[in-house]
Amino acid sequence: MLELLEGTARHNGLVTAFALVGLVMLVSMKLSRHLTMGRVHGSAIAIVIGLGLAYWGGVQTGGTKGLADVSLFAGVGLMGGAMLRDFAIVATAFEVQVVEAKKAGMVGVVALLLGTLLPFVVGACVAYAFGYRDAVSITTIGAGAVTYIVGPVTGAAIGATSDVMALSIAAGLIKAILVMVGTPAAAKFLGLRTPRSAMVFGGLAGTVSGVSAGLAATDRRLVPYGALVATFHTGLGCLLGPSLLFFATRAIVG
Amino acid sequence: MIIYGTALLAICHLLGIFLGDLLGNLIGAKTNVGGVGIAMILLICARLWMHKKGWMPEQTEMGVAFWGAMYIPVVVAMAAQQNVLTALRGGPVALLAAVGSVVVCACVIALINRGEKVEEDTLPLPVDPILATPATPVTAR
Repeated sequence: MLELLEGTARHNGLVTAFALVGLVMLVSMKLSRHLTMGRVHGSAIAIVIGLGLAYWGGVQTGGTKGLADVSLFAGVGLMGGAMLRDFAIVATAFEVQVVEAKKAGMVGVVALLLGTLLPFVVGACVAYAFGYRDAVSITTIGAGAVTYIVGPVTGAAIGATSDVMALSIAAGLIKAILVMVGTPAAAKFLGLRTPRSAMVFGGLAGTVSGVSAGLAATDRRLVPYGALVATFHTGLGCLLGPSLLFFATRAIVG
Repeated sequence: MIIYGTALLAICHLLGIFLGDLLGNLIGAKTNVGGVGIAMILLICARLWMHKKGWMPEQTEMGVAFWGAMYIPVVVAMAAQQNVLTALRGGPVALLAAVGSVVVCACVIALINRGEKVEEDTLPLPVDPILATPATPVTAR
């Protein structure tokens, strides 16, 4: 009986994921309302539960894809994968007010450039402080601080070792998680209230996953504006990392 | 029909990703450059144009709006498949690099957004059609 039920869930992966995520959302909304009196947004709690489930999945299977590695919940991998994630992000563009978006155009570009440069410099300095002296390793770790995709793409392009690549991915992942979890709490400090401020945030905070989840948990209406800018962030990082930033780093550390 | 909206969304998505790949190839970045962003811009343009032509009945809009509303659940699923273990095992270098860059960026964001505060304060946010009218979609069909 139990085996049969397990088989049903396994053969209907995506549908199981819908049910599971629905349950997580329900629990989060209840927790938000009754435990925090609505002060912590339900979406934020749901994302933290998601991360917790990912940790549990990683411990259980030793895999790299969190809960999606547990065969019963493999559908989560499809539901939260790049395809449906991008599909849903694009759909949020339907709510964009064109006038608002246009107003932030130039600031968005500046935020994007700063959002690539500043994390790179911080990451590179940390790498240097911990004893990395070769330009390849410093660049790769610095790029990891931009996003967890820019790190390995840059590392692969300039020939970094696999442990440095893993470090750069870890740096980017921690950054994404920090942004996801920290944004709702820091929303007031960041001044996240207008479409324009969301676009500045999207450009500077970078990681699409961090920005979109963080904004979703702060104010759902700001998501499309932040995501619109943030989607260019990884591309810009992948472009600058192995080229301009690498040459600059090599010129400095020799 | 609802599928018209979803199909429009799908076409914008595919075209945007394709153009992003093309752009990445052209400038030698070996990755997708702004594909999702391009897709979003395409969808915005398509909506404006079709509204003007009167080709955007409520049913069609629902086909897009549903996926926009599915966004948060999808993000939760995305969070559930992050490599949290590796992130935690990265040790002090990864942690410091991440915390450092987040703090620096947060301060710059706050700085930029504070500077613009006075002007932007009066602007009301657009009303979210899904959150504002929770009872209308799907069931009120």
